[in-house]
Amino acid sequence: MTAIKRAYPRPLDLKTGRVDLSHGSGGRAMAQLIEELFETHFDNPWLAQRNDQACFAVDAGRMVMTTDGFVISPLFFPGGDIGSLAVHGTINDVAMAGARPLYLAVGMILEEGFPLGELALIVRSMADAAKAAGVAIVTGDTKVVERGKGDGVFITTTGVGVVPPGVEISATRARPGDAVLLSGSIGDHGVAVLSKRESLSFETELLSDSAALHGLVAAMVEAVPGIHAMRDPTRGGLAALLNEIARESRVGIVVREDAIPVSTPVRGACELLGLDPLYVANEGKLAAFCAPEDAGRLLAAMRAHPLGREAAIIGEVIDDPDGFVQMHTSFGGNRIVDWLAGEQLPRIC
Amino acid sequence: MSVRYIDEFRDGTLARTLAERIRTEARPERRYHLMEFCGGHTHAIFRYGVPDLLPENVRLIHGPGCPVCVLPIPRVAHALQLALDHRVVLCTYADLLRVPGPERETLLKAKAGGGDVRMVYSASDALAIARAAPDRQVVFFAIGFETTTPPTAVVLKQAKALGLANFTVHCNHVLTPPALAGLLDSPDAQVPGALPLDGFIGPAHVSAVIGSRPFEPHVERYRRPLVIAGFEPLDVMQAILMLIRQLNEGRCQVENEYTRVVTRDGNVKAQALMAEVFELRERFEWRGLGELPASALRIREKYAGFDAERRFTLADTHATDNKACECPDVLRGLKQPTECKLFATVCRPDNPIGACMVSSEGACAAYYTFGRARERRHVPA
Repeated sequence: MTAIKRAYPRPLDLKTGRVDLSHGSGGRAMAQLIEELFETHFDNPWLAQRNDQACFAVDAGRMVMTTDGFVISPLFFPGGDIGSLAVHGTINDVAMAGARPLYLAVGMILEEGFPLGELALIVRSMADAAKAAGVAIVTGDTKVVERGKGDGVFITTTGVGVVPPGVEISATRARPGDAVLLSGSIGDHGVAVLSKRESLSFETELLSDSAALHGLVAAMVEAVPGIHAMRDPTRGGLAALLNEIARESRVGIVVREDAIPVSTPVRGACELLGLDPLYVANEGKLAAFCAPEDAGRLLAAMRAHPLGREAAIIGEVIDDPDGFVQMHTSFGGNRIVDWLAGEQLPRIC
Repeated sequence: MSVRYIDEFRDGTLARTLAERIRTEARPERRYHLMEFCGGHTHAIFRYGVPDLLPENVRLIHGPGCPVCVLPIPRVAHALQLALDHRVVLCTYADLLRVPGPERETLLKAKAGGGDVRMVYSASDALAIARAAPDRQVVFFAIGFETTTPPTAVVLKQAKALGLANFTVHCNHVLTPPALAGLLDSPDAQVPGALPLDGFIGPAHVSAVIGSRPFEPHVERYRRPLVIAGFEPLDVMQAILMLIRQLNEGRCQVENEYTRVVTRDGNVKAQALMAEVFELRERFEWRGLGELPASALRIREKYAGFDAERRFTLADTHATDNKACECPDVLRGLKQPTECKLFATVCRPDNPIGACMVSSEGACAAYYTFGRARERRHVPA
């Protein structure tokens, strides 16, 4: 190691240095960036081998694989940043199959001029999130694009995991009569991010709910291996999730508004901005569908886990050829919870 | 978890009590067709499921009070020309971005095509953008009823005080009382019984600015009661009860349910500000309602230097709405959204054809988004 480090006249300048095109050119500057930032922080034996791929053994059985791109603005927000989000997001996509996440791969696209100090914060945050989750980032890639051709940092993460025997969770498997369970309050991530948008900035104590859910999922699968469907309500919020499951399983869903937890700051911000919390993004919540006789056990398992303390049964699956998602409002009426048309835009009056 | 000053107006127990009273007082032998003028009311009615709490003969008809919906195609064409031909920074409220102009072009598509279109939350955001980019022409495309007009007046005054050379306003502000009159003056309204409107739920925020007085001559003239109501679902229920009582008693008055905000004279300061900066247009086209006299505002001569219509050469297009679109009849309460052939088939929130589908507050969009399960004839594939 010492011999290699001597190859660079100075360590990376994290105070004032910026990403330049040489950091993606395959030369010495790129090697230094990878070594001093990624290898140092991600720190695992697979990465240390410096191959173009990671080689690992897996148990026999079913595997899952997923990939996700992260292009969030702003890059740093209350409760997280693009780095922790990129780790949690992919771990969660693996976990939603009931799987145990094993390894992550990461692709970073950096814009010329991006401060190295901020990049270091993001990489450290990814490393911390991965360590906390017990998932290693075993391989990666870095590219640099010219100034103006990126938005600071784009991250893609790919994850693999293994599904325990006997677990078969799929968006197509919700059945009429199934209970719908939600792991906690909705809208926290979306509102926390919105509060830091340049055009909008408002004061809130709210933090993003960004979290890795595989621990919660493991507890759930252990309590009820026969969970039918599970998904995390990210973009498009809970409304999109319910509509996706209704479409894929060809069923209708009825939820009760007063059973869906929404925190006071989220409700306040949504009122102010004319947004509906049902459509606001989350990064640390999940909804699960299971047979009614399993619902009590599943709920208890969720509530016993720190990330499921506020879990609730929010509704049920019904037979409906039209695939409508309906909500009994706290006010006493009914409404459809439809797909979002385009982006959710604030109303003016 | 509760949010103060909001949950009180959405209380389910109170709603049931009010619903019971409405059911008791509404006479089964007569009809109560009540139009909520404002998109804000339409939104609340569907979002909270108010129709489920009403008896059959109390029907809500969704009016033209969504400023985005009633903006005619030639005005959208102006916005597109400003963004694409004049290459200005075009700032506007988010609702407008999806409104189709000529050949189904929208500001959202113009933005994707390289136009500098920015979504702002207030007129002052647009002014801030102009101050930060002195080398760019910045246009605030102003839309809305009397609610959003005073803020536009404020930025025009500020721009003048600052002597900003790169900031103008494209004014599309419209007025509520003339629209109400236009609705009731329409040919259908002249045939007794043809226009099935028995009363009005009057606007909330608009009335906070203009007061309840401007509605009095119309109520007198057209013999339909009007109750000004807040935008919370209990406000709407209470207003419905008040209208039922007026109709039962043969009264025809302007009443105010929204007394926590609205007075008879309104916000006098805001009115003075509007009068200083704006003057009446002789006529203005409303999507779905046609041309209505004295129904919109333009920028006064004194502020001519900040008027985008004067600064930029803008072509007037003569695009017309789709002929099969029933928006004009939906807006007058003659038809339900589901009676339109286009509804939920080609005309959907993600592909709006008519005025009522373009904003979430439009009658058809609200019906599509929140109410469709009630009416299963037209279900998208």
